[in-house]
Formats: sequence, structure tokens, C-alpha cells
Amino acid sequence: MLDATQVTASSLRRRLSHLDALEAESVFIMREVAAEFERPVLLFSGGKDSIVMLRIAEKAFRPARFPFPLMHVDTGHNFPEVLDYRDRRVAELGERLIVASVQESIDKGRVREEPGNPSRNRLQTTTLLDAIQENGFDAVFGGARRDEEKARAKERVFSLRDEFGQWEPRAQRPELWSLYNGRIRRGQHMRVFPISNWTEMDVWQYIERERIEVPSIYYAHEREVFRRGGMWLATNPFLERAENEEAKQMVVRYRTVGDMTCTGAVASPAANVADIIAEVAAARITERGATRADDAFSETSMEDRKREGYF
Amino acid sequence: MDLLRFSTAGSVDDGKSTLIGRLLYDSKGIFEDQLAAIEQTSRRRGYNQVDLALLTDGLRAEREQGITIDVAYRYFATPRRKFIIADTPGHIQYTRNMVTGASTSDLAIILIDARNGVLEQSRRHAFIASLLGIPHLVVAVNKMDLVGYDEAVFERIQDEFSAWAEKLAVHDIQFIPISALHGDNVVQRSISMPWYQGPSLLYHLEHVYIGGDRNLIDARFPVQWVIRPQSDAHHDFRGYAGQVAAGVFKTGDDIVALPSGKRSRISRISTLDGPVDAAAPPMSVTIELEDDIDIGRGDMLCRPHNQPTVAQELGAMVCWMNDQPMKPGARYWLKHTTKTVKAIVEDLRYRIDVNTLHRQEGVSELALNEIGRVRIRVSSPLMLDEYRDSRTTGGFILIDEATSDTVAAGMIFQPGPEQQIDPDGAAL
Repeated sequence: MLDATQVTASSLRRRLSHLDALEAESVFIMREVAAEFERPVLLFSGGKDSIVMLRIAEKAFRPARFPFPLMHVDTGHNFPEVLDYRDRRVAELGERLIVASVQESIDKGRVREEPGNPSRNRLQTTTLLDAIQENGFDAVFGGARRDEEKARAKERVFSLRDEFGQWEPRAQRPELWSLYNGRIRRGQHMRVFPISNWTEMDVWQYIERERIEVPSIYYAHEREVFRRGGMWLATNPFLERAENEEAKQMVVRYRTVGDMTCTGAVASPAANVADIIAEVAAARITERGATRADDAFSETSMEDRKREGYF
Repeated sequence: MDLLRFSTAGSVDDGKSTLIGRLLYDSKGIFEDQLAAIEQTSRRRGYNQVDLALLTDGLRAEREQGITIDVAYRYFATPRRKFIIADTPGHIQYTRNMVTGASTSDLAIILIDARNGVLEQSRRHAFIASLLGIPHLVVAVNKMDLVGYDEAVFERIQDEFSAWAEKLAVHDIQFIPISALHGDNVVQRSISMPWYQGPSLLYHLEHVYIGGDRNLIDARFPVQWVIRPQSDAHHDFRGYAGQVAAGVFKTGDDIVALPSGKRSRISRISTLDGPVDAAAPPMSVTIELEDDIDIGRGDMLCRPHNQPTVAQELGAMVCWMNDQPMKPGARYWLKHTTKTVKAIVEDLRYRIDVNTLHRQEGVSELALNEIGRVRIRVSSPLMLDEYRDSRTTGGFILIDEATSDTVAAGMIFQPGPEQQIDPDGAAL
């Protein structure tokens, strides 16, 4: 005997894809945070993972506004295309953006640039922790995924940070079912990763399915680049080229979006999302391995930076 | 393409890492730079072979000590399915990690070394999978190459395990003889074991039917968050946001809000992409009602003719996860669906020996990694189901009041007050 309930149920079963399941989980996580914390904030860099988080936030809270502001930790070394995209997207959504500036942290003497190291990646941590403290944020959404890196593979969805912003990997709370423990003490805060279970492929498939715009540098374009540390870096005002580092014009795209000083481009003709999906499917090197100078540095460099409070 | 979450448990020697490494590598879940990094480390340590365990051991302490101490999540996909592996250590001192990994899994792989047969550890893994309500078990009898691919060895293990597993609440058990090292029956069917007619492990993972695992009967919608835009365009909008825990909700359904008991009807089920006719697990949706009744986070929408037990008392199995033991009389926070209440553990009835399944009565505390049967009283009513009927409305965690640590995972065996005849034990 088939009644209406069973008919509906079987059709639902067919329709739910892995992207639907991942999306539903991420929406659930965002709503839990909105309900259990006083002052959450969502880190938005203009990169593909945080772009997906914004769509998840729309799914979770529309037709109301987001119950939290967005925040960008601006290293001062960003790609201009990404900053344009950031401001346009924030205006479209009608949400509030806070910009925490690494340059200001430097000017105020909170951090010092390491001589000879043009990357401000590590300096971001201080700017981020200062901004969390100044604004009294108790939960910070980040777009990190567990498939990105081996230390991240072990991190919880709700990841506790102590008064110094530090992660203690050996004292993580057990995380069962979808029962997230949001209790913190004064001074602590929670980093929350709603898209923990997504892979790079899931992110691109979702961007395609949802027809979301991404910054132009994700697509193939002509750019002047030079070779350093096995990567193609864009010539830019923040990097001085050595004599043997010859610049040349190439058709490249970016697989990740970070600081101009440490984010490498890949030679690619991928001109649209479908091309990118085909490229990701054939890729034999991880996105971080291919494009991030900061991660290649030691076997545990991500774990070390996370311990210090890095996002 | 759908999603299958499975867990593995095992220790250093039983070939678990080799098996995962092979699944990942053969399905392109490992990239060249990851492989190069672990090859380099393996060489530096003077190993003869690439140690695939280095892929899953993500933390410094784990790599230094050569052990897995935490749950690692790994991802791979085939054209048929996307997979999430919760990879957990197998030793008894990591029972809590196994429980954590099992809590979200649709399927568990139990690895048995063909040379050693069914050990205490295999039985413990199967018990935990059963306790956590994992509907599908795969018993992978590994290292068949080391027993000459002998069918008799496989059958002996299968018979012994099956006889023991009758005590468990798992009804789908698939036995597969494999050699993770040589790849027999992992991705491809083995040519060394022509006597085995069943699927390869990957084929089974790709095809095992999980659509029927969701509870689509008992409609349960824990309210997470109330959406009230308070803008001119949506002045009257009032939506109850949440994830369907069980059952199906349709537009026009009569509903009851618990614990208040107030009734209404679903006027619309909305999503960002427009209204939908029906919602089932695991969809996250927003439900609008015809009447303006007082509903907030922690309340539950159900159907009037099918309600959970609304009670301030419950009987449950708990797995203790903290260094500080649980003692009867202690107070905790209890989080169940979207509701957190104060709780007091009134009684520790018995402890389960996870290796033999024997009940130890008259115990005074539950220490780290121990599992026991308790009675709990809470400060305000919860909407409770038996865990075996609904993992979401039958599971809970306990949180320490002082440290805010998650100290226990609980599975409800008896929603509500104790009855004369205790129906527990059937599943154990």
C-alpha cells in the first residue's frame, strides 16, 4: 500500500545529492552558532571557500539579515580583483563588513615585518586576534576544510581557542552526531568551520550549481609571473625579484586566493567553472601544495600556525 | 551522487592504514605532493616501504609517536558516491574516539587479521558499531595472502563472528576476504580467491543501499532558530528554522509543538530557492505555520498522532569520555537536539565489559572510555525517542558544568520513567 507520505519520501530520497547533504549540514552548523553565541562573525576573504560560506548563510537566515557581520583580515597585499569582488558582493548582500588591517597592526607596532620575508601571512594572526578581542567576538566562522591539510583533518567543527587564541590539538572536545558543544568561558572563543566536510571538488560543483560569481583571478588570464620556490608568483609591488628570476607573460589562474606574496598561480586555460571542475578532477597535486609557499615550509607548519591562533 | 559516511577502527598492525591508503590512492584521494611528503618521511626514518599511516596521522604527537590518537576525516569519491571516512584508532584506550567516529557513520569496516582470527578488538569494534546504531557492517578479513588465500580460514572466521554477532543489533553484515597490501578484493575482484563470489570492498561501499536507513515515519523537527526579518518587505514573516531529524513534513500537515502541545498547520516550507512541498532528513528548511503560536529554540514540531515521549527522566547507555570519572549524583549540562538542560545522574545500574559484553553490577563510577547504563533526571521536559528508532532524537551529550568539556555520549534506551519490566537488553 502506497500512501502520499511514501510517494513523497521516495522521491525525496532520489533528489538529495551529496551537495544537498553537505549544504544541509553547513546550514545547521551556522544556525547552531547564531543561536548559541552572543557575537559571531564570519571571515570573508573573497576566496572560493568563504564565498560558499556566504551562500550557506543566505540559505540559513534569509529572508532576514545575517545575525552577524562579515570580517576581512586585509594583509595589504591582496589581489585588487579580489578586493573589488569583496566589496561588490558585500554590497549586493546588504550585509556589514569589518576590515581588520594588518598594515594598521604594523603602524601601531603590534607586529613587525620580518626582514627579508615579504609574506604577511603569519602577521595576520595578531590582527585577527586583536579584532576578535576589540569587537568581543565569541565565535568566528572560517571556511577551512578538512581535506586541505593533515592538521585540519583532525580539527573539530567547533574548535575551541583559549585566551591567547591558541589551538590545543590534544585537548579537543569529542564531537558527536550533530550535537555541537558551544559552551565557552570568558576570554575563550570558538572557531567554527561549517564546510569542514567539503572537498575542493564539492566547492566548485556547488559554485557551478548555485551559479555563484567568483573573482576573475580564478579563471585563466594573462599575467606577468616569475618562478620562485617551484611556483609561479605574480610580479607585484610587494616582491623584489632577484636577478635570476626572470619575468614572463603566461596564461595562468589561481586555485587559491591569498596574499600576493605567497600565492602561486598555475598555468591553466580554464576559462569557466566547468573547465575548473575538469581540471580539479584531473589534478594530481593538492591546492595548497601547488600554490602556497607558506605550507610547504615544514611538515607541521599548519599545525604550528594554528596553535598560535592562525585561522 | 549520494554520500556515504563510514568509519574504520584498527590498530597499527592490522593493515587499516594500508587499506585506507589503497582506497584513497586508487580513487585519487591522495595527491602526488602528499605521497612525496610521506615517502620522504618514510625514507628519513629508514622504513623499507612507504608508511601510508603517515597520511592519516595529522598531528605532530601522532607522527612522533607513530600512533593514531584522534579521529581523522578523509574524503574520496568515485563516479557513484562521495565518501567520508572517520578513521579512528582501535585500541581500548581510544574507545571514545571510536564512539565519536561511529556516531555519524552509515557503515563500519571491522578489520580482522586472517592469521589471528576474531580477537577481542574485533568484537569491541562490532559492539561499538552496534551500540551507536550503525546499520551496516563490513567484516574485512585482511592479510588473506598470508594464509595462502585459504577459503577454510575465511569461513571459520565468518562462522565465529556471525555466531557472536547474533547478540548485536546489526542486521546487515558483509564478509569480504581481502589483502590490502596486494589489493585483492579491495577495488578489483581477486583472482587469487576464485571461491569468493561476493563484491569487492569498494563495489560494496558504492552499492550498499542506505536510502532505507533514514527514519521517514516519525516526524520530528527540532526548532533551531526563529527567523523574523522585521523588515518592511517581510513584515509578517515568522519561520521556524531547523533540520528535519526524522520523518516527512508536508505543506498542509497538522502539527503539534512540544512541549507546549499547541497545534497548528504547516502553511509553507521555505528555502532560499523557493518553497518545497515536503521535507525529510537531512534537509535544513524553514517551516511557517498558519497560526501565530509561541515557539522557540528547543521546541519540537511533530505530528499529533505520532509524538515522542515528553519527560524529565530517561534511561540510557553512556560512553564516558573524560579523565574525571562519572559518579552517581553528579550534575551536568545535557544537550539533546537543540535544547540544553541541567541533568543529574541518579543511578549507575551497571557497566558493560566492552570485550565480553558482560554486565558488571554494583559499580560506583564510570571511568574514561567505559560504557554503562544510567538513569538521568533533567530540569525541564525533553522530547525523547529511543536511540534505535532515531539517532538524532535519541542521542545526547553531557557537558561538565565547570570545564564545559563534553564528557559523555548518551544513547536513550528508555525515554521517560522506569517501567516495571525493563525492555532493555534486547539489543545487547
